[in-house]
Amino acid sequence: MKTLALSLTAILTAGIATAGEVAPLDVKYDEYGAVEQSLTGVPGNPENGAKVMVNRGKGNCIACHETTVLKDSPFHGEVGPPLDGVADRWTEAELRGIVANAKMAFEGTVMPSFYKVNGYIRPGDGYTGKAAKSEMLPPLLTAQEIEDVVAFLMTIKE
Amino acid sequence: MKIKALTAIAALVAAPVAFAGGADDDKLVVNGEIEMVTKAKAPAHMENVDEVISGWHFRTDETQALQMDDFENQGMIFADQGLDAWNTVAGTEDKSCASCHGAPEDSMVGVRAVYPKWNDDAGEVRTMAMQINACRTENMGAEPLKYTSGAMANMEALIAMQSRGLPVNVAIDGPVAETWEKGKELYYTRTGQLELSCASCHEENYGNYIRADHLSQGQINGFPTYRLKNAKLNTVHARFKGCVRDTRAETFKPGGPEFIALELYVASRGNGLSVEGPSVRN
Repeated sequence: MKTLALSLTAILTAGIATAGEVAPLDVKYDEYGAVEQSLTGVPGNPENGAKVMVNRGKGNCIACHETTVLKDSPFHGEVGPPLDGVADRWTEAELRGIVANAKMAFEGTVMPSFYKVNGYIRPGDGYTGKAAKSEMLPPLLTAQEIEDVVAFLMTIKE
Repeated sequence: MKIKALTAIAALVAAPVAFAGGADDDKLVVNGEIEMVTKAKAPAHMENVDEVISGWHFRTDETQALQMDDFENQGMIFADQGLDAWNTVAGTEDKSCASCHGAPEDSMVGVRAVYPKWNDDAGEVRTMAMQINACRTENMGAEPLKYTSGAMANMEALIAMQSRGLPVNVAIDGPVAETWEKGKELYYTRTGQLELSCASCHEENYGNYIRADHLSQGQINGFPTYRLKNAKLNTVHARFKGCVRDTRAETFKPGGPEFIALELYVASRGNGLSVEGPSVRN
């Protein structure tokens, strides 16, 4: 019941989970950090996924990952591995798990968890520097944005 | 290194910014006379880094040049304002800094290099800002300066510049050991919704680009720092606050115990580098 209550809180505070969506606290990661089930049941939109990846206020994935197909957007970082050929190296389930919470696959990785709402140290209210307003934070990306990013990543083949 | 080279080429094609990757090998000499140690063997207490490197090495040639000549270094304008304040009587005791300390170029040499340090009478670790304010309130009968204010940054710049070229030499043992350990713990704590620690960027990833930012080791030997980004002199705690904020965390208070401890720890990671303040960065 506790989990259910927390999930409900997450839904209420985050205000993003809708019917058919898997809420952040209910995501099932396998032992390697992969997530088989779609978070929304709605196929991801790769065009929107590309937008999320370059948008500084959304995924901002290229801040750390160089990605040749996104070179129209400037300044690709070097902190994480380049994403060229990423669909050849990982399955959709693995990519979904990595985008949602990479720490499940790679312990200690610096990569932020994009579909996580609690368990933070000194959580803030966005970039204001002030304390978070609720116990559960809105996830960095919505369930559908995660699916869109995964759909785009699945198109990046060598 | 091959990957780095390819990254650099790709970046040059895509954007007019030189992705150098890592620290450069330039030499920092200020005014053709102050030779700075900008790379040094890491202090023994550092477990994961072999060489400590000034943030100067991670900036573009254009930004680097601004620090090599005091007429180009905008930070010196603020140090001059600090000198005006130094000579100005303030408070109930009818004293200025100069009344007791004379000329800063005589009395303040080496001071910046050893702060934060233990103050026996107060029984506390003091940053230089705290010592400036203790002097004002206890000796001058004047109001304290706001911790990260322009007036404080100016005074810090004036005092720091008297130590330019001298090695940072902050004590980490004895009475400060407990505070130093707290600072170390904070350095490695991953805060905020992005779950990033100081180490995530400045130990694990210095030399790498994160979006358009070239990550340095986060050394503070060049503070206060004139940043081109906000065109003013920036204090250490204001910079700490900005960094913690950017992890989407609730920040700590400038001048508070957490940042005092963090300043001591981070300063000690620069032991052996030259004092550069006021430096120029982006």
